[in-house]
Amino acid sequence: MTAIAHPAPFARPSLPRLVRVELRKMTDTRAGVWLLSLIAIAGVTAVGVTLVAGTESDQTLDGLFGICGIAVALLLPVVGLLCVTGEWTQRTALTTFTLVPARGRVVAAKLLAGCGLALTALLVCLVAGVAGNLIAGGSWSLDLARLYGAALYMLIVMVAGLSVGLLLMRSAPAIVTYFVLPAAIGALTQTVHSLRGPAEWFDLGRATAPLGAGEMVAGDWPRLAVATAIWIGVPLALGLLRLRNRELS
Amino acid sequence: MLAISAHSLIKDFGRLRAVDDVSFEVEPGRVVGLLGPNGSGKTTLLRMLLGLVAPSGGQALIGGRRFADLDHPARQVGAVLEAGSLHPGRTARDHLRVLATEARVSYPRVDEVLELVGLTEAADRRAGTFSLGMGQRLSLAASLLGDPGVILLDEPTNGLDPAGIRWLRVLLRGLAAEGRAVVVSSHVLAEVEQTVDEVLILDRGRLLAHRPLSELDSLEETFLDLTDKKEHDACLP
Amino acid sequence: MIEVDELTKRYGSQTAVDGVSFRCEPGTVTGFLGPNGAGKSTTLRMISGLTTPTSGTAKVLGTAFQRLPNPGRQVGVLLDASAQHSGRTGREVLRISAEVLGVDRRRVPELLERVGLPPDAARKRVGNYSLGMRQRLGIAQALIGDPSVLILDEPANGLDPEGIVWMRGLLRDFADRAGTVLLSSHLLHEIEAVADNLVVIGDGRIVAQGGKAELLATTGTVVRAPDPDALYDGLAAAGLSPLLNADGTLHVDASPDEVGRVAAGLGITLLELRAADGGGLEQLFLTLTSTEAPA
Repeated sequence: MTAIAHPAPFARPSLPRLVRVELRKMTDTRAGVWLLSLIAIAGVTAVGVTLVAGTESDQTLDGLFGICGIAVALLLPVVGLLCVTGEWTQRTALTTFTLVPARGRVVAAKLLAGCGLALTALLVCLVAGVAGNLIAGGSWSLDLARLYGAALYMLIVMVAGLSVGLLLMRSAPAIVTYFVLPAAIGALTQTVHSLRGPAEWFDLGRATAPLGAGEMVAGDWPRLAVATAIWIGVPLALGLLRLRNRELS
Repeated sequence: MLAISAHSLIKDFGRLRAVDDVSFEVEPGRVVGLLGPNGSGKTTLLRMLLGLVAPSGGQALIGGRRFADLDHPARQVGAVLEAGSLHPGRTARDHLRVLATEARVSYPRVDEVLELVGLTEAADRRAGTFSLGMGQRLSLAASLLGDPGVILLDEPTNGLDPAGIRWLRVLLRGLAAEGRAVVVSSHVLAEVEQTVDEVLILDRGRLLAHRPLSELDSLEETFLDLTDKKEHDACLP
Repeated sequence: MIEVDELTKRYGSQTAVDGVSFRCEPGTVTGFLGPNGAGKSTTLRMISGLTTPTSGTAKVLGTAFQRLPNPGRQVGVLLDASAQHSGRTGREVLRISAEVLGVDRRRVPELLERVGLPPDAARKRVGNYSLGMRQRLGIAQALIGDPSVLILDEPANGLDPEGIVWMRGLLRDFADRAGTVLLSSHLLHEIEAVADNLVVIGDGRIVAQGGKAELLATTGTVVRAPDPDALYDGLAAAGLSPLLNADGTLHVDASPDEVGRVAAGLGITLLELRAADGGGLEQLFLTLTSTEAPA
């Protein structure tokens, strides 16, 4: 080991490198492996159940892919969420931000890694759909609008999970907020009539529903934009601000 | 009357022999350092003396009897093993009172030990707000409730700052001067050198040396010579 | 090279660090000492860019830590060895660091071996590590980027005697090759053995700094009496701050003359009265930082 007397010009780690590291961190712990396995099992189980008990219209490439996607999209955002909150719950923030003091870059890397994971998950669902359809022998037609819609949906929920994690910085409250709050809002807006209209703008579940079905019409996009601004834009911005000034120990 | 004694003490965990035929005697009024590299069996030895672990062979005795056979354990031996295991919601005083009740020790003694360890002012604060050093002091207070003749401590200086380290040193010497036997297990040889009268050096379960400190030029050198891994491996059959 | 200039940190009305200034030159080991709660950790965190100072600056190798493009390649930091994911293996922890820093991953196994974490230990998850093993992993993490500056908080914590000696050698070696070491520890004997310079902090402020040799050459008096308590009280009442030693003597930060006069004035017989021979780092430290309440 040689000690250098004068600082050599070391380049900062590139964003692709940081993204690779974040992807690695999502998969190299026991908890990480468990979670991903659980998600995979959920997806496969959904396909399996459909093959056994589903209707004919479900047992097609489109149908099986869709059901697998729904199952996976349920838990996948937790991976993104924990990727952020885990830094605090597991106290690795100290290491992470000593190695890369540019905290914004770290968050960008986590976002990109999460998106990469989401798209990979989508591909896997497609593969599962293909495999299932080989067994079911159903129709091979795939609604492209639905495919793109599903991709966007996966990305949105993943980033939403990450954003909630960044805002709250602790695993348990973040998970509760991510799952319970939307459900609570949904229930509230269902029962209170006057809120039903506005709900289409701030209920992310409602705003993204047409995406998954591939039935987005012109009027749906502004609603989607507002809902994502609320559920992603705001937590992300606030979370980044908090992170910038936060003390790490 | 011997304060502490071990006779051909053996402990096996499956195929691993953690303590291998260890025998020694400690007289009252002495501070003894129990030293050894990680995994040498120090903690297992202490736990056998406290009856927390049953020996596979031999005996570990306090005042000539096994821990399980003592009439009143709290009055004969006190121990400070791990920092922590303090209920965070309880105040220091309440924590000690609970222990005092279990040990059938009177309440005034609680105030006495609080005074002894310098926690009188903090006595009504919740243990959860205590720093590591204060927690150590509280554990020490608990071990002294029964006014025991034998005190065993495992890495007691962990988390203490220099003032705390010095305070502990003075306290331990004082306890020995009162006729108690004090055994301190520690990795910090420099501190051990300033505190103890004699040392027990363990390595891989075996007792390599039991010597008065005054006989050694440098505790660190003696320790490293005895526990030198290369030499040790060379001696294996 | 570390430069700290009027570094201050306030939390509301509390000042944790108050105008701290010092420099660590390359090729030296600086011991950073202070009682618990004196502001050591906060200072180290500010130097490592983890906490924003209220005012003042801290620079490592001429720049603020956060502005270094790839800090781990220049500054190795070990502040809290327990801040690791318990579900990750030791080897994986180091591999991730190597990846971020752009260091060849083949360095990982040799470094693990060097810090005393052989392959079977490296394969275990950090959650199963002992305190000493975590510490060794933390040191490996600080070294993986081959830095020229080390900032370490209690690096010997949890290490067994062999590990403590190894650490001592590692730090001296590092400094001897023109590296800079800033090290905080409660093990004064270790600091005395390895440091060239000392910075002592108390209540957020620097109470002493300079070369170890000069600081330790300070004097004072060692005195012994048949009734140590009476002597203690008498000296304290006279405004001298006595310290009780483990062997029953008192150390007083005053000349033997003064001590003798005070004792004589109170009619206290003395068995021993002599100039303290430096007294060592512990005496110096406690005199500088003596606090009333236990920390």
